[in-house]
Amino acid sequence: MSNWRRFRRNQRAVAGGLLVLMFVVIAVLAPLLTPYDPVRSNLPRRLEAPGREHVFGTDSLGRDMLSRILEGARISLTIGILAVALSVFIGVVFGALAGYYGKLLDSAIMRFVDLLLAFPTLYLYITLVALVGPNIGVLILIMGGLGWMGVARIVRAEVLKLRTQDYVEAARALGSGDRRIIFRHILPNALAPVIVATTLGIPGMILGESALSFLGLGVMPPYMSWGSLVNDGLPFFRRAWWLPVFPGMAIFLCVLAFNFLGDGLRDALDPRLKS
Amino acid sequence: MPRRREAVVPEFEPRSDALLEVQELRKWFPVTGGVFGRQVGNVKAVDGVNFFIRPGETLGLVGESGCGKTTTGRVILRLIEPTEGRVYFEGRNVFDLNREEMRRLRRQMQIIFQDPYSSLNPRMTVGDIVGEALEIHGVARGREKGNRVQDLLEVVGLNPQHARRYPHEFSGGQRQRIGVARALALNPKLIICDEPVSALDVSIQSQILNLLEDLQSEFKLTYLFIAHNLSVVKHISDRVGVMYLGQVVELCQSDELFANPLHPYTEALMSAIPLPDPEYRQERIILEGDVPSPMHPPMGCHFHTRCRYVMPICREVEPAFIDVGEEHFAACHLRKTRQKQ
Repeated sequence: MSNWRRFRRNQRAVAGGLLVLMFVVIAVLAPLLTPYDPVRSNLPRRLEAPGREHVFGTDSLGRDMLSRILEGARISLTIGILAVALSVFIGVVFGALAGYYGKLLDSAIMRFVDLLLAFPTLYLYITLVALVGPNIGVLILIMGGLGWMGVARIVRAEVLKLRTQDYVEAARALGSGDRRIIFRHILPNALAPVIVATTLGIPGMILGESALSFLGLGVMPPYMSWGSLVNDGLPFFRRAWWLPVFPGMAIFLCVLAFNFLGDGLRDALDPRLKS
Repeated sequence: MPRRREAVVPEFEPRSDALLEVQELRKWFPVTGGVFGRQVGNVKAVDGVNFFIRPGETLGLVGESGCGKTTTGRVILRLIEPTEGRVYFEGRNVFDLNREEMRRLRRQMQIIFQDPYSSLNPRMTVGDIVGEALEIHGVARGREKGNRVQDLLEVVGLNPQHARRYPHEFSGGQRQRIGVARALALNPKLIICDEPVSALDVSIQSQILNLLEDLQSEFKLTYLFIAHNLSVVKHISDRVGVMYLGQVVELCQSDELFANPLHPYTEALMSAIPLPDPEYRQERIILEGDVPSPMHPPMGCHFHTRCRYVMPICREVEPAFIDVGEEHFAACHLRKTRQKQ
């Protein structure tokens, strides 16, 4: 397939893809990979600098940082992927409805999108989390529920374009109902930009989760995410720089990898989207 | 000032000998403007079209770009809802049908599109494209559907084994054959061919035209053949209707139209057909100016702004579309003086 060839020729995208794959493998296999129990404290060896036994050092309770970062990958990636899945689902539904039925429904949905976009998202997260209480499920619902507007706009634009294609008219002339036209003729052809938006959305969600956790509104102990690890380590920054730096690096690398992958997919699947 | 019409056209009973009859069909697209999106006018794409087609016949519909040919075809199939008018299919007004009745009627009338690239869903296999109608109407499923699809592909001259391929693996002519197979799937009585060969290479055009003619005699099909190429229309049509600015201005037997055009617009069109004879010097009638905007069609006869025989009455009164003898219909004030000798 030419898409695949175009993707493979893009080294940055392939590197991003491999890195993403690595992170996913780490997240799935974390319990097998961790050299120490990520939650067992070992007070005598606390705040130990990176060395042979603890590659990334230990935290203020003597817990192995490498194990904690590997374990944190699970939560960070799970939240990122599930929140994006939710936002893509909502975005596709609203975008397809707005684009296909048009008129009043379109105006109503798109003005609602404008309204949500006008709020600074982080403050909205903070307010909602403060109201409901921090909890991984709530976090996913809030971030997914507030992150679908971009997808909705993309899908709406695609549907608007595809709805007037001759093959859609042909399907209607054959007697297809709206549902068949949307699911068999329009959405499959609107898939490429959605895939790209999904890939590019995951790092945003991981960053959002990190920001919330950093502010103490995200993941709570005994669970850990990269953001909460940075948050936990920050007070010790002067005595133990490795506490915030290594989880920070993990966030940085993971976000970068997803962005490279997303850019590569965009260039391969939909060259028109290039800005 | 209200528009004056030469004669009021009454709501006729549909002709009993017609498969399809179109009466006073209008489609006006609203034009909105300004901050509040208020309607500021209408594009009168189809503005009072009348014609009929007998079973087994091919009616050519010609006219330049933007004259409303395609819109007429889409409105007949109710892909676009009409503003006004009646379309009788086998004596029943199509616009009176409810959703379910309309869905059933779609088995009887189908469409072939101009562009063989945009008319096939790139994500579906040829088998799914051709077989979709069978699925929708519950005619055949599973293996039975597969067999029927293979038969259809064979009928239109494609390899039945190609059902599993995707549209992008085919050439323009082959893709048009797929479109024909899709239209044939439900054994329709009427097929609206919307410029089916205009997007193809000249060498492929005749193949598709021959295919359409073969299919017509094999399956007793009736065609509404929309085109702008007069040579193609002359070749395939039994009767021809000429459209100008949203109206049919002349309608008669194909030979008669080319031999004895009554409407000045038809006359001008005829003189534009190139003849394969370098010696022959034909008088070319060059029309002045552009087609007027369909938002503001001229008063009286729509053609009077470019007509070389224009008379005072043409600017005021819209000529009725009437039979001047032997089913030669024309909408022109001149017809009385120009009737065939």
